[in-house]
Amino acid sequence: MTKIIPRITAKNVSKIFDSKDGPVTALKDFNLDIQEGEFVAIVGPSGCGKSTFLRLLAGIETISSGELNIHPGDDPSKPLQNVVFQEYAIFPWKSVIDNVAFGLQMRGYNKKERYAIANEWLARVGLKNFANYYPSQLSGGMKQRVSIIRALANDPDVLLMDEPLGALDAQTRAVLQEELIRIWEANRKTVVYITHSLDEAILLGDKVVIMTAHPGTIKHVFDVPIERPRSIETTKTKAFIDLSKQIWDALKDEVSKAMQEQK
Amino acid sequence: MENSRGSNSSLITIVAVAVVLNILFFVFKLWPPFWWAGLFANFFLIVLFAQEVESFLPKRHETIYKRTLAFGFPVLLLVACELIISAGFLNARWFPPPSKVASALWTLTVSYDKFNETSLLGRPWLIPSKFSLEGWTGVRSLFAESHVWATLSRVFLGFLIGAIPGILLGIVMGLNKTVRTMLDTTMSAIYVLPKIAIFPLMMLIFPDPFGEGPKIAVVAISAFFLVAISTTAGVRDIDKIYLQAGRNFGANRLQMFRHVVVPAALPIIFAGLRLALGTALIVIVAVEFVRAQTGVGFIIFYSWQVLSTEQMYAGLFVVMILGVLLTYGIQWLERKLLPWRNE
Repeated sequence: MTKIIPRITAKNVSKIFDSKDGPVTALKDFNLDIQEGEFVAIVGPSGCGKSTFLRLLAGIETISSGELNIHPGDDPSKPLQNVVFQEYAIFPWKSVIDNVAFGLQMRGYNKKERYAIANEWLARVGLKNFANYYPSQLSGGMKQRVSIIRALANDPDVLLMDEPLGALDAQTRAVLQEELIRIWEANRKTVVYITHSLDEAILLGDKVVIMTAHPGTIKHVFDVPIERPRSIETTKTKAFIDLSKQIWDALKDEVSKAMQEQK
Repeated sequence: MENSRGSNSSLITIVAVAVVLNILFFVFKLWPPFWWAGLFANFFLIVLFAQEVESFLPKRHETIYKRTLAFGFPVLLLVACELIISAGFLNARWFPPPSKVASALWTLTVSYDKFNETSLLGRPWLIPSKFSLEGWTGVRSLFAESHVWATLSRVFLGFLIGAIPGILLGIVMGLNKTVRTMLDTTMSAIYVLPKIAIFPLMMLIFPDPFGEGPKIAVVAISAFFLVAISTTAGVRDIDKIYLQAGRNFGANRLQMFRHVVVPAALPIIFAGLRLALGTALIVIVAVEFVRAQTGVGFIIFYSWQVLSTEQMYAGLFVVMILGVLLTYGIQWLERKLLPWRNE
């Protein structure tokens, strides 16, 4: 049997930012392997370096030391990764459909091809009638849907999501969590998902990575054996509650230590 | 229909107070010593009246109401001027009544100055006959005799020649920290220099000092610095996340410009263009005072030299009309190019 190469490998990755107060270590000795088709949720307090890890993967920042690789898939025309940004970051000057088709347009698809793909995705998230609207005419939830399908329509090998639902109200967030589960279970793309909500991480992820701050490093990695398909109802099952409690127990010491440090 | 917010009675009260006040002022000859109090009281009553009308106007009539205020008030002011001047409160030699200015403007429009071979608008009503007689040459000769066209073409040419490189340099300065740091101080220093002050220099540089070259150059330079500075600000203000998103979705350098940097900075670029166009008009009128045989600025200055006050006011009025039209034009362009900002 040939050894399966992980889609993403991170070996002793460190990131040191240069600031006016001297160097700041955001990430230290970060080790993680992510398999093809795996949904990995990274959880941690703000400032623990989880977003930094994602920005390193996205190529927005460069690593200071170590080794970080995304292994390209079989189809070389596919982009390696695309990001769903925290604050939507969809372009206000482009209509909804042009936002969704943006990546395809940059890769040289003609108008007919890219609009066909974009329309398909718009229909899938119930935004078909909003294709010609501008983002300023949409609600927060709709904007984030556009931002998510902008990345999906571009069909990257890896999808990087940086707290995509962080800015939404509780109801919209629940609706979008279900939509994310539905879309992901249909195409099983490799996903790195940053969140500060442990429940969201367990609900969405195959694997939950817990990080701690100062310096940002991995504390625990939990597998989520809860079967799919999942939905919001999953959060009420015994398996979910048990796992949630188990992770909390493991983190208790860590949390109280962090609280002590903050005092 | 009954409406609780406003009432006819309060409107009648305001009108009654206004009438009584003005009769009292007239009968007791209070206008000459207390004209300022009279003006203030009348203005106050007009504002009250308009607000009262607005309070029971349905929302769908708001546009008409606003237009009436915006255009009705200046008309009212003109009527007031006419009355004040014809009643002899102001010296009609320095402050001719609006009716005289209007008739001077009419004369200026329809007449042709045989000595200078110029007219105000270029007598557009002659276009059909000139065209059938001499073809395009005839039409061009009509344009060439127009003072307004002379001013406008200097503004447009200078504006284009200045604004386009201004936008380009602004984008480079906005994106590149090194270039920005190198040029920022120099740009600010030249920016505050009154551009009319470099007109003599331009006349030295150009082979024909009295031709169009130096005039257009001064307009171009004043537009250039304004546009460059505001474009720099616009590009620097772009939220980093849009640049990151653009790059993340594979935009190359050219695509970044076309799809991200330029559209993101466009609202502030347009604010700069609007300012620059206004400044261009100011500068060209000043230049035409100094050294020109055509142009609206020339009309104003020439009218002063021959002490034709009415015509001088007519020239000032034309400049104001041009300013309003140019502003409307660029706002129209802005709405066309920035559809995502119209709600």
